[in-house]
Amino acid sequence: MDKLTTIDGRAYPFGMKNVDTDIVIPAHWLKTISRNGLGRGAFEVLRKEPGNVFDDPAYAGSPILIAGDNFGCGSSREHAAWALGDLGIKVVIAPSFSDIFSGNAFKNGILTVVLPQAAVDRLMEVAQGVNGTPDPIHVDLEAQTVTTRFQDRFTFEIDPFRKHCLLGGLDEIGLTLDQGDVIDRYEAKQAQDRPWVVPAAVA
Amino acid sequence: MVKPRTLYEKIWDAHVVERRPDGTCLIYIDRHLVHEVTSPQAFEGLRLAGRKVRRPDLTLAVPDHNLPTTPRRDAQGNRIPIADPESAQQLAALERNAPEFGVRLIGDADVEQGIVHVVGPEQGFTLPGTTLVCGDSHTSSHGALGALAFGIGTSEVEHVLATQTLLLKQSRTMAVIVDGALAPGVTAKDVALAICGHIGTAGGTGYVMEYRGSVFRDMSIEGRLTVANMSIEAGARSGLFAPDDKTFAYIKGRPMAPKGADWDAAVAWWKTLVTDEGAVFDKTVVIDAADIVPTVTWGTSPEDVVAVTGVVPDPQSFADPSKQAAAQKSLDYMGLVAGQKMADVAIEHVFIGSCTNSRIEDLRAAASLLKGRHIASGIKHAMVVPGSGLVKRQAEAEGLDRIFLDAGFEWREPGCSACLGMNPDKVPAGERCASTSNRNFMGRQGPGSRTHLVSPAMAAAAAITGRLTDVRELLHNKEGVVA
Repeated sequence: MDKLTTIDGRAYPFGMKNVDTDIVIPAHWLKTISRNGLGRGAFEVLRKEPGNVFDDPAYAGSPILIAGDNFGCGSSREHAAWALGDLGIKVVIAPSFSDIFSGNAFKNGILTVVLPQAAVDRLMEVAQGVNGTPDPIHVDLEAQTVTTRFQDRFTFEIDPFRKHCLLGGLDEIGLTLDQGDVIDRYEAKQAQDRPWVVPAAVA
Repeated sequence: MVKPRTLYEKIWDAHVVERRPDGTCLIYIDRHLVHEVTSPQAFEGLRLAGRKVRRPDLTLAVPDHNLPTTPRRDAQGNRIPIADPESAQQLAALERNAPEFGVRLIGDADVEQGIVHVVGPEQGFTLPGTTLVCGDSHTSSHGALGALAFGIGTSEVEHVLATQTLLLKQSRTMAVIVDGALAPGVTAKDVALAICGHIGTAGGTGYVMEYRGSVFRDMSIEGRLTVANMSIEAGARSGLFAPDDKTFAYIKGRPMAPKGADWDAAVAWWKTLVTDEGAVFDKTVVIDAADIVPTVTWGTSPEDVVAVTGVVPDPQSFADPSKQAAAQKSLDYMGLVAGQKMADVAIEHVFIGSCTNSRIEDLRAAASLLKGRHIASGIKHAMVVPGSGLVKRQAEAEGLDRIFLDAGFEWREPGCSACLGMNPDKVPAGERCASTSNRNFMGRQGPGSRTHLVSPAMAAAAAITGRLTDVRELLHNKEGVVA
């Protein structure tokens, strides 16, 4: 996983609430056996609408997405995070996220930043451009801040473990496997306490 | 004195492998269901890193999302090729990965094959007090049996395959209490939709729900599976029912369930899995059973619910300006206008199936209305997709397939089917479906499809009249009295 420290750039002023992962990536894109190339299917239905932000050249390649409440609800498909990553998005800012999506995003090196609606509204304005040209947004994971050139400064909370993994680009599976002995001990105890957990063999 | 704990806290505590200073816990996973859509990249990750599946014996693979629901073998028993090359490739990947990593696969033509969330309980793979995960958000279903069950992404699938654990933060707890008795014609699906409408699709975010109250105690296991299934539609990753005698009776004797002394030991522990007197929930939601009516959705979110006797809401009636805009967008997509009676909405498609409503009780409920009746002339396509091969076999033994076929329904092979627009079963753009599935998102049943979520009985009623219909009218007409 790539390290994520600071992200600087334009942001898609999307803002839509209750965006489900079927909207982020429709089911027919889920037939792939690869993690790559899903950006082409990202927001497929919304991109059929003229004037959508995702096809606006002013935002092409923006590393930040600003969304509304409950972003990523619905299906657990990690393809949603892969699709955003493939679009080049490194940070999603919203008032709230679904639990499954924010976990999936984190595991793919995408930072989800929760900010109050008023802050999100302000960042939407900045992303759209105070003078008609989109203005960049600066996200600093170490400092846990989102700032703009207009002196806006918003701080956000993040789980310390997630922060540590994102900053270091760490492989979570590798970290857990290093703890094989604690898992061994748990399994030995469970085999005594709840031996029935191992399913009956099927003939 | 031991601090009183909720059911969730008891299961959580029993699965902590290691607690870290920041509160994150390494949680042991007892059960892992794997399907073809969210696993190929996980197995590939293991292969690239030279890793094994730690506990293949706790893992079960079943294809469901992509499989066409048309026959899978010809008269000679030869496999009928899958037309879509990408679907075929994904199914082939699961058939290759499961044996390579030593995981049991229930294959496409096995009678036990079906939707993972139907197969798990049916095989006795799902047990009370276990932690159960699957790369599918409707894994919450298994909470009906008292399993702490939740959907995970593919990276987590890979993590569980490799380590049999997940790193998690403990969730908050929410009691969802429904007391009283459900009126005739009101089903578990209506309860689930009422909950979505009451708390909204983000209302349960960050929480594990526990369903409490007389309605849930009185509910069958199959009804509980429907309710737990839709926990995620209210934002909760997981929804629990305390296991009881009904649960034990349901599980006993199933192929993968504990036997003999193991069974006795298991039941003894399962009986302790209730929320203690005095345990505190972070949030409590109370709904009166008498307020729950046969329900349909009008919009493109499962929280967009209304009584079937009601009307399409006016977007201006919502307090939140952004909800007003979203509601208007939904109505435009759905081709509905504010004030229109729901019972006047004509439909062209009926889908009875999905992990929400494809079990034998669901099929019985629909068949009991359809017996001796026929779908309306305006219905272009009506289809029943049993949740598993065993459900299908049971239904056929009861003659339900004949009732559906005589009524003008198609009788299909098990799978996820028209719930998610991924296999050939889709609703055409601009056309309207009364569906027993769980999501009415834009494009969910196919690009441009319009979905109205309903119970199996309401789906059957809609098929008979050709429009969204209050099932109670048909109960009246047929029996002379409300059933």
